[in-house]
Amino acid sequence: MTNVRIWLAQNYAPILAGLVFAAMFATYATKGSAGWQVAVLDTAANKAVALALISMAQTLVIITRGVDLSAGMIFIMTNCIASALVTGTPGDVALGICGVLLAGALAGLCNGLLVVFGRLPSIIVTLATGSIYSGIALAIRPTPGGSIDEDLADFLTSHLFGAIPTSLVLLLAVVLLVWVPFRMSVVGRHCYAAGSAESAAYMSGVSVSRAKLVAYTLSGLLSGIAGLFVTFVTYSGDAGATIGGAYTLNSIAAVVIGGTSLYGGAGGAIGSIFGAFTLRTIDDLLLAFGLPPLWQPLFQGIVLLGAVSLGAVRIFRLRNRMEVFQ
Amino acid sequence: MMRLRALGRYIDRPSLIAVGVIVLLLLVGSFYSNNFISPTYLLQQLQIGAFLGIIAIGVLMVVLLGHVDLSIPWVVTMGGMMATAAGNLGPGGTALAIPFALLCGLIVGTVNGLGVAVLRIPSMIFTLGVNAVVQGLMVLYTGGYAPQDRATGLMQWLAGERILGVPNATLVWLLLALLAGFILRLTPLGRYIFAIGNRERAAYLSGVDTRLVLIFSFAAAGMCSALAGVMLAGYSRMAYQAMGDPYLLPAIAGVVIGGANVLGGRGTVLGTVIGSLLITILLSMLSVMQVPDSARQIAYGVIIIVMMLISGREMRTSA
Amino acid sequence: MSMTPIDTNARRIRELSQAPFLQLSGISKRYGGVTALNSVNFACRRGAVHAVLGENGAGKSTLIKIITGVVRPDDGHMLLDGQAVSFATPADAMRNGIVGIFQELSLIPDLSVEANICLTSPPGQLGFINFAAQRRFAKNLLDRVGCGDIHPGELVRNLSLSRKQMVEIAKALGRRARLIVLDEATSALTGEDVKKVYSLIERLRNEGVAILYISHRMHEIAHLADECSVFRNGQNVATFANGEHTDSEIVRMMIGRDFKHVFPEKPVRTKAPRPALEIEHLSWADRIKDVSLSVDAGEIVGLGGLDGQGQRELFLALFGVLRGVTGTVRVNGASVTVSSPRKAKSKAVGIALVPEDRKTEGLILPMTVRDNMSLASIGRYVQRLMIDRASENAEIGRQVERMSIKAANTDVVVGTLSGGNQQKVLIGKWLMTGARILLLNDPTRGIDVGTKQEIYALMRKLADEGTAILFYSTDYDELIGCCDRVAIFYDGAVRRELDGDNIVEHNIVAASLALDAAAHSDEGKAAK
Repeated sequence: MTNVRIWLAQNYAPILAGLVFAAMFATYATKGSAGWQVAVLDTAANKAVALALISMAQTLVIITRGVDLSAGMIFIMTNCIASALVTGTPGDVALGICGVLLAGALAGLCNGLLVVFGRLPSIIVTLATGSIYSGIALAIRPTPGGSIDEDLADFLTSHLFGAIPTSLVLLLAVVLLVWVPFRMSVVGRHCYAAGSAESAAYMSGVSVSRAKLVAYTLSGLLSGIAGLFVTFVTYSGDAGATIGGAYTLNSIAAVVIGGTSLYGGAGGAIGSIFGAFTLRTIDDLLLAFGLPPLWQPLFQGIVLLGAVSLGAVRIFRLRNRMEVFQ
Repeated sequence: MMRLRALGRYIDRPSLIAVGVIVLLLLVGSFYSNNFISPTYLLQQLQIGAFLGIIAIGVLMVVLLGHVDLSIPWVVTMGGMMATAAGNLGPGGTALAIPFALLCGLIVGTVNGLGVAVLRIPSMIFTLGVNAVVQGLMVLYTGGYAPQDRATGLMQWLAGERILGVPNATLVWLLLALLAGFILRLTPLGRYIFAIGNRERAAYLSGVDTRLVLIFSFAAAGMCSALAGVMLAGYSRMAYQAMGDPYLLPAIAGVVIGGANVLGGRGTVLGTVIGSLLITILLSMLSVMQVPDSARQIAYGVIIIVMMLISGREMRTSA
Repeated sequence: MSMTPIDTNARRIRELSQAPFLQLSGISKRYGGVTALNSVNFACRRGAVHAVLGENGAGKSTLIKIITGVVRPDDGHMLLDGQAVSFATPADAMRNGIVGIFQELSLIPDLSVEANICLTSPPGQLGFINFAAQRRFAKNLLDRVGCGDIHPGELVRNLSLSRKQMVEIAKALGRRARLIVLDEATSALTGEDVKKVYSLIERLRNEGVAILYISHRMHEIAHLADECSVFRNGQNVATFANGEHTDSEIVRMMIGRDFKHVFPEKPVRTKAPRPALEIEHLSWADRIKDVSLSVDAGEIVGLGGLDGQGQRELFLALFGVLRGVTGTVRVNGASVTVSSPRKAKSKAVGIALVPEDRKTEGLILPMTVRDNMSLASIGRYVQRLMIDRASENAEIGRQVERMSIKAANTDVVVGTLSGGNQQKVLIGKWLMTGARILLLNDPTRGIDVGTKQEIYALMRKLADEGTAILFYSTDYDELIGCCDRVAIFYDGAVRRELDGDNIVEHNIVAASLALDAAAHSDEGKAAK
């Protein structure tokens, strides 16, 4: 019993995000004219999975008490790389996929090295490297174009067993292969420790630098997977910096909605995935209710502000006013 | 030597480095084309640089406190749209176009300040949400299309005309910089801003009303963004969707290159002006030289990182 | 005093004859101009509890910081099991089997109890954690410290202070320590947990672990210790087997001193007292308990007692920082409600606080002397929106001269000044507000002797000019030398008020340790 209570207490944020998403999606499904059509489901899933992957990437950095403003740019860079590399024989395709993922991880590692050894704030580092990554994207794809192995793309963006979107299976696979091992590893725990109380972690003998490098590198890898995936959806590469920027900002929003603290040390990728799904469903939900699409941005903003303001209740309960400055 | 030291009292090391980089850029550019050191070119840079420079001054007010303002893109756009909209409501509207736009900026900035100061929500996420809300309001208002309203004569005059050869936009930038410098250097408010940015606890225990100061700074930043939007709309004769989007990151970069510490407590108006100018010239030269957009972005990122690694000793996260 | 049973006594004598496990010789440590440890020799043995006693600032905490690798000594040698050692980091010391349990917790609040216990090297393979084994390991340790009721999956953030301390102890046990340092380990514990720690310590001793035990509670030491060392002024003045000296002999060893401060003469009070600050039935959370106290204009009232008995909270409450304070505060007879420091410094109230932490709460180190000094009173120098630099500088100049602050000029960054001068700048900042009630929180901590005297003289001068001063100090000499009256705090309440000839060391120490009326009453209190 206590086990359940404690598990609930520690996971209520992602559960809440999941429930909100489920409720929204259920409303959408019953209300929307499209209903449970498989094609509609595929499209919805494809839209959401890309953001979910970037939100996972953002989560890893935020856990260490940083922020990654380059996540969206790594995403478009790997999208462009994928649109050039992932074609040809099955061997070429496999090699190309490895190249794309490596590029993503490398970009993340660069961020980590500058933050750890350059001792610069992550917000400025990723602001600058984001520009570099978007430049590389542009160099590869000055105009949208390119191609990708279409069979693989069709396979990954449609559905399995008649109804389950393949993209969701892919997302599940990423969770199982990247997030779960991270959560179970010593270095993953050290990332949380570094974000929650860096000096206490040091006093306890934790290698804070190594933990941060791992978090940033894995974050780059996840953004790379997102870039690869979106290439399968669009069949092409697009170096639009505004897209990248929008994804970065939405990923931060998704992380917060998913219950991860911007002060580091708490939260997780599962919540962020639901946060991303929630953000993506709002649009569809509004459509289903007949609200004109023009209302969407406003509604999204209000939902985001509302979600983050809920956490502020704590402030009015503090008995020592000095505590707000910590 | 003495003169150098006297100079050092007014300009700090990062700003000096930024000035050096500007001179270097222009010199290297002059090998490519003599135009780069012509007064016409330089004045033109001062004119286009004004939009970025005005936003950057607002960013500085917030960065000095250790915060960021991510609502800039749509507050800029809102400024342009509200000014042109008001300007087309008859003669009264024309007169009040600019004040109305500034008032809108002030209101949004105050909301930002309330969220950060009273609710203590991290500025990064709260201003992000406010940006989305403002975007939502503007999209609703315009129906998602470019508004057809023309900028008023005064707006066009401010952004596009010149007095005695000096662009009016530059003069507005200069006046705003002087005002910001006055506040930061000569008034109690300025002292409070630096005190809070360095050590909010100590400022609070000195009896400073830290919440009011935070709200003021965010409100000021909102007004600066709205003003830049007004000028941009004047320059292009109308407001358009997402007109503020390209300015957020360069404005933050300009402030940081100018020697401000993103963690708060250190930075100067002069440095911010120089930093904004550096970025404007850098982007413009790369574009004149027909350097592909991609190389431009890479150079831009590399320069920010290198400059911070060189001049950012005091900016290092661990003291 | 409880007697040690005969059989353990015999065992103790056997252990004592063994070679020391840890031996320190000639260890010195200076912080700036202050000598924290002066050529200290110290040794402790396996299977023995060694108590370290001393006043605040006697050098105990520096000693344990050196032993656990938190700071490095300037001088001297350390032998562990006969081998010369020197620790660069806490991790270094841990690898050698030395584990410290500190009051400032080294726990990660957002991780679970089990994750904290197994933070650096959890059970598992290839860098992955075996969660089942981790839970067994944590559960086992929690059982060993008698806290089987703590769920290993609970977040540390959600535990009470007492339980956190127990987790900290379990974490230390899990590191297979050969030497455990317990620094005031029981001060945050409830009575029940205290008993668990006692039996745990005895078990560890029987297993052959060396235990260093720092505590202010005399009866605890009498109960637990095999050997005792008394520290004073950075020196180990005596080491003896427990029971060789009585409580009052030990207290005398702790307070004996090598030099005397010169304090300004206390005036003989002739006029009828005029209370400037009256505090009645003040309470807050469970940290301040029904405190009533009054300070006359021209009077210096000391707050004594051990660290953390509610003195700091009382200052914060008076200064408007705490929310939910009950009771009455009157300034010059008029009842006031102070809801913020801004209100506190207003003309109607006129309270100033020199906070405990000069570097993060008092001053803004990267800013100049001028900016710091006028920060609280800058509103007075505004003319036509602008700061009138001339009148600002003139007033700052007066203060700098009055307190003989040694700085090249007022444009110097405050962080570059010596601790003493920094403190003067901080006091000057508040004098510039014209406050008539001064709350001083340990203003002479970390300051050289010369500047201390200047601050004593300044305090008396301000009092003579009619300022009411509340003065908290961890240094008993200061309380005796400076104060017209002293209120001793214990557990959030005023335990005893001393005045006139009653302000002597023995009374202060006894009341601070709650030994004055009922020798063992604090144990009963802690159990509440």
